[in-house]
Amino acid sequence: MQDKHDNEHDGGGAGRRDFLKCMAWAGAGTLLMMKGGVLHARTLGATAGAEAKDATFSFAQVSDSHIGFHLAPNPDPASTLRAALAQVDALPVRPDFLLHTGDLTHLSRPDQFAAVAGIMQESRAGKGKVFYVPGEHDVIGDQGAEFFRRFGERQQPGGWYSFDHRGVHFVGLVNVLGLKAGGLGFLGAEQLAWLKKDLAPLSAETPVLVFAHMPMWSLYPAWGWGTDDSLEAMGYLRRFGSVSVLNGHIHQIQQKVEGNITFHTARSTAYPQPAPGQGPAPGPLKGVTPDRLRSYLGIRSVRHVQGRDALAVTEEAMA
Amino acid sequence: MSRRIVHAACALLALGGGMATAIAGPAGHAASPAANQIEIRNFMFTPKTLTVPVGAKVTWINRDEEPHTVVSANGQFAPSRALDSNDRYETRFSKPGTYTYYCTVHPFMTGTVVVK
Repeated sequence: MQDKHDNEHDGGGAGRRDFLKCMAWAGAGTLLMMKGGVLHARTLGATAGAEAKDATFSFAQVSDSHIGFHLAPNPDPASTLRAALAQVDALPVRPDFLLHTGDLTHLSRPDQFAAVAGIMQESRAGKGKVFYVPGEHDVIGDQGAEFFRRFGERQQPGGWYSFDHRGVHFVGLVNVLGLKAGGLGFLGAEQLAWLKKDLAPLSAETPVLVFAHMPMWSLYPAWGWGTDDSLEAMGYLRRFGSVSVLNGHIHQIQQKVEGNITFHTARSTAYPQPAPGQGPAPGPLKGVTPDRLRSYLGIRSVRHVQGRDALAVTEEAMA
Repeated sequence: MSRRIVHAACALLALGGGMATAIAGPAGHAASPAANQIEIRNFMFTPKTLTVPVGAKVTWINRDEEPHTVVSANGQFAPSRALDSNDRYETRFSKPGTYTYYCTVHPFMTGTVVVK
């Protein structure tokens, strides 16, 4: 079923410490968590109180809003971005912040960036703290100048950044600039050197969450779904007990576990793309009918339970 | 098929006419719009390699729902802006050479214009 996503895996394959237990749940209201090898199912609402005591926090991810797209299957991506933000606002547990993993706009036009900013301001989540990273659609023609002016964190000249939130180290990477002819996503030597230095003082027990637009593994290079120098970044991350990598770009959920590193790509809020290799090329799935569109779109929420070795990843379709 | 014939006609005209710039006008006018045109469809430049005479104007047209760009791999000609569906980009090649270009949005998309 396209509107539900059922997955369960254990990312703690290497070593005895199972820092990462990652679950996705299906259906509104049910959360599945693996603890000590036992599967627990609870409603999100019922756990809200306990979470506060456990110093649990959550955040949400939206991606690929493509404001400015105007064709089938979604001539009105503004309305579906609004719907996604309404979903975030309706989560039973209020997320501490929101991530937008890129392709805010379709064509990097200033009026499209302005429209995104306006729509974000209409929702509680969008008015709160939002961390953005650019997609390749946000940096056309101006190397991301307009994107960074409106949505950048201004921490590093290249636009990448990191922050700590309640024990978790977050890293926002930019892998859509300086792309080479014939290549994939690209981090570059300067960003990699910064990443190495940024991670160096952290203990291996620190949970790390990395987010960027393009997939950070070779998901489907023939369609550009990968990052040329992501292996070097993974080299710096491998020593950590729990690493989660969140991406957008491919407008569908794909997951991969590599040792203690778990990769998740997100749904779009605008339109779906084909599964890897299904059809001649990537791009909007034109044949999706209006009544089915929202079953392909949605948001993700992530809960972290401190001291409980648990990270719960929740995918929620729009319909 | 008709495009190939047009290209062949252009090439013949260019060979016989000497002045490439003088040829580009009438050839473009008389022929179909497909002359020296590169279509972008399914994330590919077609034809992937286009050979044109010196002075020819080359037109790219985006037939995808996704935006694409046309950017010289080493800055040999002016880059296009983002081409939305059915947008066109034109540039004139006044010097012989091999011009490799790509789409900066989808850099796995590459193409070549050979100017003789």
